[in-house]
Amino acid sequence: MGLFIAQILTGLANAGALFMVASGLSLIFGVTRVVNFAHGSFYMLGAYVGYSLMQALPGVAGFWGAILLAGLIVGVIGVIVEICVLRPVYRAPELFQLVATFGVILVIQDLTLMIWGPQDLLGPRAPGLKGIIRIMGEPVPQYDIALIAITPFVAIGLWYLITRTRVGTLVRAATQDREMVGALGVNQSWLFTGVFFLGCALAGLGGALQLPKGGADLLMDFSILGAVFVVVVIGGMGSLPGAYLAAVIISILNVFGVTYAPQSTLVLMFVVMVVVLMIRPFGLLGKEEVAGEHGQTGEPERPIKPAGPRIRLLVTTLLVILALLPLYSGNFAVVLVTDIMIFCLFAASLHFMLGQGGLVSFGHAAFFGGGAYAAALLVTYASTPMELALVLAPVSAGLAAIVIGWVCLRSTGVYFAMLTLAFGQLLWSLAFQWGDVTGGDDGLVNIWPSAWASDNTVYYYLAFTLCVGGILLLRQAAHAPFGYALRAARDSTRQAEATGINTKRVQWVAFTFAGTMAGLAGGLFVFSKGSIFPNELETARSFDALIVVFLGGVKTLSGGWVGGAFFEGAKDYLTRFEYWRLTLGLLIIFVVILGPEGIVGSLRKAGERIGLLKTPEDAT
Amino acid sequence: MSPILSVRNLSRNFGAIKAVDDVSFDLAKGELLALIGPNGAGKSTCFNMLMGQLRPSSGTVQLMGKNIAGMQPRKIWRMGVGRTFQITATYVSMTVVENVQMALISHHRRLYSLTSFAHKLYRDKALALLETVGMADQADRHCAVLAYGDLKRLELAVALAHDPVLLLMDEPTAGMAPRERIALMQLTADILAQRGISVLFTEHDMDVVFAHSHRIMVLNRGQLIAEGTVDEIRNNRQVQEVYLGGGTLFKAAEDDAHA
Repeated sequence: MGLFIAQILTGLANAGALFMVASGLSLIFGVTRVVNFAHGSFYMLGAYVGYSLMQALPGVAGFWGAILLAGLIVGVIGVIVEICVLRPVYRAPELFQLVATFGVILVIQDLTLMIWGPQDLLGPRAPGLKGIIRIMGEPVPQYDIALIAITPFVAIGLWYLITRTRVGTLVRAATQDREMVGALGVNQSWLFTGVFFLGCALAGLGGALQLPKGGADLLMDFSILGAVFVVVVIGGMGSLPGAYLAAVIISILNVFGVTYAPQSTLVLMFVVMVVVLMIRPFGLLGKEEVAGEHGQTGEPERPIKPAGPRIRLLVTTLLVILALLPLYSGNFAVVLVTDIMIFCLFAASLHFMLGQGGLVSFGHAAFFGGGAYAAALLVTYASTPMELALVLAPVSAGLAAIVIGWVCLRSTGVYFAMLTLAFGQLLWSLAFQWGDVTGGDDGLVNIWPSAWASDNTVYYYLAFTLCVGGILLLRQAAHAPFGYALRAARDSTRQAEATGINTKRVQWVAFTFAGTMAGLAGGLFVFSKGSIFPNELETARSFDALIVVFLGGVKTLSGGWVGGAFFEGAKDYLTRFEYWRLTLGLLIIFVVILGPEGIVGSLRKAGERIGLLKTPEDAT
Repeated sequence: MSPILSVRNLSRNFGAIKAVDDVSFDLAKGELLALIGPNGAGKSTCFNMLMGQLRPSSGTVQLMGKNIAGMQPRKIWRMGVGRTFQITATYVSMTVVENVQMALISHHRRLYSLTSFAHKLYRDKALALLETVGMADQADRHCAVLAYGDLKRLELAVALAHDPVLLLMDEPTAGMAPRERIALMQLTADILAQRGISVLFTEHDMDVVFAHSHRIMVLNRGQLIAEGTVDEIRNNRQVQEVYLGGGTLFKAAEDDAHA
C-alpha cells in the first residue's frame, strides 16, 4: 500500500513539468494554429538555462529565482523565434510553419551543444528540500512533494489568466475564431507573440523545475515531445484542465509501468492515447473541431496536368544522367545516390497522401521502418531470399497501413496526425523494447542482398528501377481517377459524398497505398545498409519526411522527391561539419522564409516570371 | 401516375425542438416544387433528411417506391438524386470541366482506376453538360477563380451528370445578383422541361419562386401550413402573416391552436 501511494506521488510530481510543457503547446496551437515541434527544445533550454542560473545564484532564493528567471528567459527566446522565424510564414499554407519549427529544433540543439557541451548535466538539488520524507514507510523525496504542491498553483494561475482576464478573453476568442478577433481591432501579431511568450515560458519553467529530478541532456527535446503530444491530445486540444488531467494520467501510468511492466513502458502511453481517441475522438475534455476552422491560407492549389514536353525532356535527361552514374563516378557517389533515391521514394509516398489527400501524417516512418523490419526479420528468422523479402516488405507495410489507417481515419486534422504519431511510436517502442526478436537497440544486422545484387552498381540499378518506378506510379496515381477522387474528398467532402464518393474509403486506400510504397523504400533501405535499427521508426524519421515534403512543395506534384533529393543531399554534405545541425536548421528556415511555396513551387513561379514556363491564364 | 418522391410524416427533433414536424407531400414527374418559409422554418433540416445528411426521427421518404430515409448521401445519389448546395461545394483544385468529370467518373464507378488519365475520361460528356448550363467557354478555367454565379451553374452541371430523376436544390440562387437569379432559374426550368426531371427547391427570393414553380409548399416552425399553386399561395392569409411577421404571427398560431 505504501509503495502504491509513493508511486502515485512520484507520478503526480512528474506530471508537473509535463503539464507545463503541454499547456504551453496547447495554447500556442489553439491561438496560432502552429504545431510547434520546437516546444521540446524550449523545455530543454529551460533546463540548461536554469542550470547555469542555479550555479550563479546562491541559496534558496537563488534556486527558485533561477527557475522563474529561466522561464522568463526562455519566453524571451520564444518571442525572438516567433518574430524572426514564424511571422514571415504565417501566411504560408497550413501546417507549413511546422517545417520552420523543425529548423528551430536543429538550431537550438547545436547552440545548446556549443554553449553547454555534450555531457549530461546533473541538476542541483533544491536547497532545503534535499531530504526525503517517509509516507507509510516508503521514501518520497521532499522535492516531489514541493512539485505536487506547485503545479496546481501554476495550473490555477493559468486558468485564472485564461478565464478571468481581458488577455485571457482575447486568447480564448482567438482560439475560436481568429479572423473575427482581428476584425474587432485586436492586433493579432502581438497577440500571437504574447501567446508564444507564455507558451515558451511555461516550457522553460517546466524544464527548470524538473532539474533536481532529471538534470539536463541534449536528448530531452525529442524525448518529451512524444509525451507532450500525447498529453495534449488525450486532454483535448486547447483544454487546460484536460492537459492537467492527461498529464497526471500519463505520468502515473509511466511510474506504474516501470514497476510492473518494464517491457512495455514506451508502448503504454500510446496505447492509452489510441484507446481514448477511439472512444472520444477529440480527447477527454476537448471540443469537436469545427470543420473549416483552419482557414486555407495562401494561393488556392492549381489544377494538375501531365507534364509538358519541356519538363518531360528535363526529367528524361535527369534520369539518363542518373542511369549512367556508375559509369562516370566512384563507389561513394553510387552508394550515396542509392540512399537518396530510396529516401525520395519514401518522401514521395508521404507526399501522395499529404499533397493529394490532405492527410497530414506524423508517423509515416512506421511504414518505412515497418517494411525494413519486415524484410530484416524475414531474412534473420526465415532466411528469406532478398527477392521475396523485397516483395513482402511493402506487403507487410501495406497490411499494417490497412489496420492503422482504419483507426486513424476515424479522426481528422490534428487528431489524425497525432494518431499516426502514436502508431509510429508504438512500432518504434515495439522494435526498441522487444529485444528478443528485434534485437532492441542493437538492431538486426547482416541483411545483405542476394549474390547477384551484392555489387554496389547492380544494387544501384535495382534501387533505381524500383524507386523511379515507384515514384512514377505515385505520379500516375495522382493523374488517374483515384488521385482525383482523393483530391475531391479533400477539396469538398460534402460534394464528394453527395456524388457517390465514399471519401473515407478513398482515403483509406490512399493511406494503404502510401504505406505500401514507404514499405518498399524501407525494404530497399535495409538491403542497402545491411542492417536496421529502431531509429528508422522514430518520430524524427517521420518528421524528416514531412519536412521534405513541405520543403519541396506540398501544392506541387514533384515536391516529394525534389525535396527528398535536396534535403538528403544537403544533409550528406553538411554532416561532414561539426555543427551541421545548426547549418541545416538555418538552411531550412531560410528556404521556408524565402520560398513559402516550397522549392518546386518557387521554381515554378520564377520560371513563369522570366517566361520559361507558360503562365496559366487565371494566375494573377 | 405514381409520384417520383413521396414523403410521409417526416419529423426530426433536436432535443425538445421539433425542427420538422410531420411533413408529408408528393412530387410528380417533371414538377418544379418550391419549399418556402421564413428563417428557421425547417427547410434545410427537411432538405438534409431528403438527401441523407440527417437521419429523420420518424417518417418515410420514398423515391420511386423505395424508402431512402436514413440512407447515406452517396447511396441516395446513386439512386438518381442530384443536389446543389446553398453554399457552393466545388473542387477548388480542379478545372471547371474536371469538376463535372469527377461526378461522371463516380457515376461510371471508376474511382479506383489507376491506369487512365482522369482529365481525359468522359470529357465530351462533361463538355456537353457545361454547354447545357452555358459554361462551355470556361471549361478549362481553374475553378478557384470563378465568379459565384458561375460556380452555381457549375454545380448544376455536376448535379445533372448522372442523369438524375430528381434534383434537390437548396437555395439555388442565394448570393447571386438579381438578374443572374432569374437566368439561373429559367435555365433550370428549361433543363427539366427537356429532360423530364423533377425538382424540389427552397428559396428566399419570391420573384424566383413565383416566376418558375409549378407548385409551392410553405413551411413554418417545422409544419407545412399551406400548399398550392402560385396564386393560391400568394393570396393565402396565413402565408402573408408568416411572411409579414410581427405579432400577428403569434396570434395566428394561437388562433390555429384554438381552431
